[in-house]
Amino acid sequence: MSSQSKQQRVRNFSIIAHIDHGKSTLADRILEKTKALTQREMKEQFLDAMDLERERGITIKLNAVQLNYLHENGDDYTFHLIDTPGHVDFTYEVSRSLAACEGAVLVVDAAQGIEAQTLANVYLALENDLEIIPVINKIDLPSAEPERIKQEIEDVIGIDASDAILASAKDGVGVDEILERIVTDIPAPAGSPDDPLKALIFDSLYDSYRGVIAYICVREGSIKVGDKIKMMQTGKEFEVNEVGVFRPKPTPLEELNVGDVGYMTASIKNIGDSRVGDTITQVKNPAEEPLPGYKRLNPMVFCGMYPVDASNYNDLRDALERLELNDSSLQYEAETSQALGFGFRCGFLGMLHMEIIQERIEREYGIDLITTAPSVIYQVKTTDDEDIMIDNPSMMPDNQRVNEVQEPFVKATVMVPEDYVGPVMKICERKRGNFMDMQYLDDNRVNIVYEIPLSEIVYDFFDSLKSQTKGYASFDYEMIGYRDSNLVKMDILLNGDTIDALSFIVHRDFAYERGKQIVEKLKDLIPRQQFEVPVQAAIGNKIIARSTIKAIRKNVLSKCYGGDITRKRKLLEKQKEGKKRMKMVGSVEVPQEAFMSVLEINDD
Amino acid sequence: MRIPSAYIHIPFCQQICHYCDFTKFFYTEKQADDYLDALENEMNHYLPEPVQVETIFVGGGTPTILSEAQLRRFLQMVDEHFHISGDMEYTFEANPGDLNSEKIQLLAAYGVNRVSMGVQVFDDAMLEKIGRLHRKKDVYTNIEALLNKDISNISIDLMYALPGQSVHDFEETIDEALAFNLPHYSSYSLQIEPKTVFYQRYKRGELSKPPEEDEAVMYEMLQRKMNDAGLNHYEISNFAAEGYESQHNLTYWNNHFYYGFGAGAHGYLPGKRLINIRPLPAYVKQACENGRPVLHEEPIGRKEMMEEEMFLGLRKAEGVQKAVFQERYNRSMHNVYQEAITSLQNRGLLQEDEVAVRLTSKGKMLGNEVFQAFLIDD
Repeated sequence: MSSQSKQQRVRNFSIIAHIDHGKSTLADRILEKTKALTQREMKEQFLDAMDLERERGITIKLNAVQLNYLHENGDDYTFHLIDTPGHVDFTYEVSRSLAACEGAVLVVDAAQGIEAQTLANVYLALENDLEIIPVINKIDLPSAEPERIKQEIEDVIGIDASDAILASAKDGVGVDEILERIVTDIPAPAGSPDDPLKALIFDSLYDSYRGVIAYICVREGSIKVGDKIKMMQTGKEFEVNEVGVFRPKPTPLEELNVGDVGYMTASIKNIGDSRVGDTITQVKNPAEEPLPGYKRLNPMVFCGMYPVDASNYNDLRDALERLELNDSSLQYEAETSQALGFGFRCGFLGMLHMEIIQERIEREYGIDLITTAPSVIYQVKTTDDEDIMIDNPSMMPDNQRVNEVQEPFVKATVMVPEDYVGPVMKICERKRGNFMDMQYLDDNRVNIVYEIPLSEIVYDFFDSLKSQTKGYASFDYEMIGYRDSNLVKMDILLNGDTIDALSFIVHRDFAYERGKQIVEKLKDLIPRQQFEVPVQAAIGNKIIARSTIKAIRKNVLSKCYGGDITRKRKLLEKQKEGKKRMKMVGSVEVPQEAFMSVLEINDD
Repeated sequence: MRIPSAYIHIPFCQQICHYCDFTKFFYTEKQADDYLDALENEMNHYLPEPVQVETIFVGGGTPTILSEAQLRRFLQMVDEHFHISGDMEYTFEANPGDLNSEKIQLLAAYGVNRVSMGVQVFDDAMLEKIGRLHRKKDVYTNIEALLNKDISNISIDLMYALPGQSVHDFEETIDEALAFNLPHYSSYSLQIEPKTVFYQRYKRGELSKPPEEDEAVMYEMLQRKMNDAGLNHYEISNFAAEGYESQHNLTYWNNHFYYGFGAGAHGYLPGKRLINIRPLPAYVKQACENGRPVLHEEPIGRKEMMEEEMFLGLRKAEGVQKAVFQERYNRSMHNVYQEAITSLQNRGLLQEDEVAVRLTSKGKMLGNEVFQAFLIDD
């Protein structure tokens, strides 16, 4: 078969869906139908391979699987299924995977309809000129309303949904039709096999034996073992050791051709030499222009990450370096805290992104972490007319040196059934939001638009939305720029010492109330010490709230244990282990969760 | 190596106390008969020949719940496996109310010379609340009966930090207990443990312990009153007149070896701690099959021994003697624990002289803080 006609039988696509709308189940069915996995190998939700993904039921890392599909007419097709994350924090990764595709299967829950995050991803796909195949999933549910959902897809997204596929991925209904439509609707990749090589790196992994494993999609030309290649951004040159595809296990091939999606290794030991978004070309006969890369998204949420055990500092740096390799939206730089010692100030796309990085460091790298409360970047103009950017609240200058402070605002769009408009508005008002707009999408669903300070949504906004709307609300946001705000820095003192890692920035109108809540909360979170510990909240030199952690009075096993010494030992070991997970801050032992607590606001 | 002590567990009760998480089952005559068969097999296995020990402690459950015939059989069994003499300490645990003069007669005849009674509180309403069957008058009757049969080495257990118990309630209990002028008292604070009635109620929010402050005040008051009565606070939970310290309990705190017989019993033999099977049918089956009803063996090396030497030994008023440590482990205590000792001294929890290290009075209140520091990091 000529490479030309082979290319005509390649289809690169991804699946766009809201969390829980059945993307992973559909991916599994597609893998089954195309016999990529035998029944024996079939684990539920194969694509979500990372432990964390399985636990949270979401996709974080991109995966690209090659599948063979035998069409009715006897032609053999090659599919590349490129997985996309569904959460708002990962828009960046979505745009990366979409750039490697010509089409997308849009999965919408037949009962719940379109959610705000799906909407955001569909728009990304449309911007990339992707062909969209709408699928209405879970039609087996008693509450399924496929006709209403079709109407909604047309009204909200503006694409033709008259021939949307009705499916139940769980039961395998509609899967054949989806495969068929992938062949008929999605175009084969463009590009010429004879042009100079252009391959986009859309993800990468680090393997201690093989170096960087780059996930690539070949847009022009071909790449094979032994080729001398060049990274167009960094200019670094390498020799290819291996190319291959995921079926779904890595399967080496002699060559990857235009339209192929797979991987490549070239003994790349320095992870900085192979950046996601870079274009690979041949040293001989190089391409003139690189492919349009990705716009690097700027982190919006910052926090300090410190090892509980100071001797793990270097391990933490290595872990961050590895994680940054395939997640260029993660930023970090070294910082020092008086309270916590040496650590890093890290930037993330959002809270989920931050939590996932934190959990991966703790689990995959085995480092116990203390994470400070997340902060946004504030722009401060000082009285001597200096402009400074603050991503760490403890660095905020004294209030008398501050002329004005600006903070980032977002346009937050909340999609919710009309019954919950009241609760949603209440949450937005409490989060200092300005009401902008409200639109009815259909008889029941409403889009509510607010401008809200980013700092108010980074922490528990989405959780409160979910809990106040019985899980119905969906939410998306975009940055709209900086605005003046009447903000002050609040310091927390333990036993009379200011703890820099506990400082935070708060609107002046809420300062008094927040201060009171936080000292009470810390009083409950920090265990009793051998001496009494005052907990104070202060603005500048002025103490605005105070509570006291009472001294520990009795902690001695005085139960009748008989000869059961093993049990005594276990109890002591447990107490000691608990202590190890705390950080000695000055003379006070503080548990990890205390550092996050400053952002938790009680609703009542 | 000679094993100086033996613990024998009788896991039957007429009623299960709400706080108890020891191995215990409702008494039926048939099950107790089977149990004694199993116990005999276990003793035969470990003690093919009678041995000399310094202490025997028969605990429960409620050992005195056995019928007279069973009690006789049990005492005979012990007699056949150990050389019983007047010099040794042979203790039976008893519940007030279970002891009649026939049973006491039997105990005395077989050489039992010490009785430890689970009195808990002198307050009938509280006894009801914690699920005990006996009433305060039973304590008077039993102590009198014991004294009549010349068993005067009596100890009673008292509990504090019970739900709804005030400092004043506990004070009354202590006063009433001290009025017996007994040579030994133990006093334990309530721990709410899983698999107890109290735990379930606690989880449902129906039960709460007195605040830590009250518990601390109760413990301090206990120490003061015992001291005023001329009793020596020789271990965290134990008080005795000179020469009446429980030798059996000191086996534990001195980190010496002991046999453990019976369901759920714990033993400590050179190089290992043993834990017996708890469920009755499984224990009986295994003991009858091979005489070795062990659920789990925990290897104890030098590191564990040193740790236990410290966290058990420091429970005693006399503390841990440096010479003993040096002799047993061939290392000086300071060589192993310099950092812990210094830091605990600075915190005012530990004191040291030429002979020993021991808890300060503050250290007694915060013993766990001290004990933890002697666990060696891997």
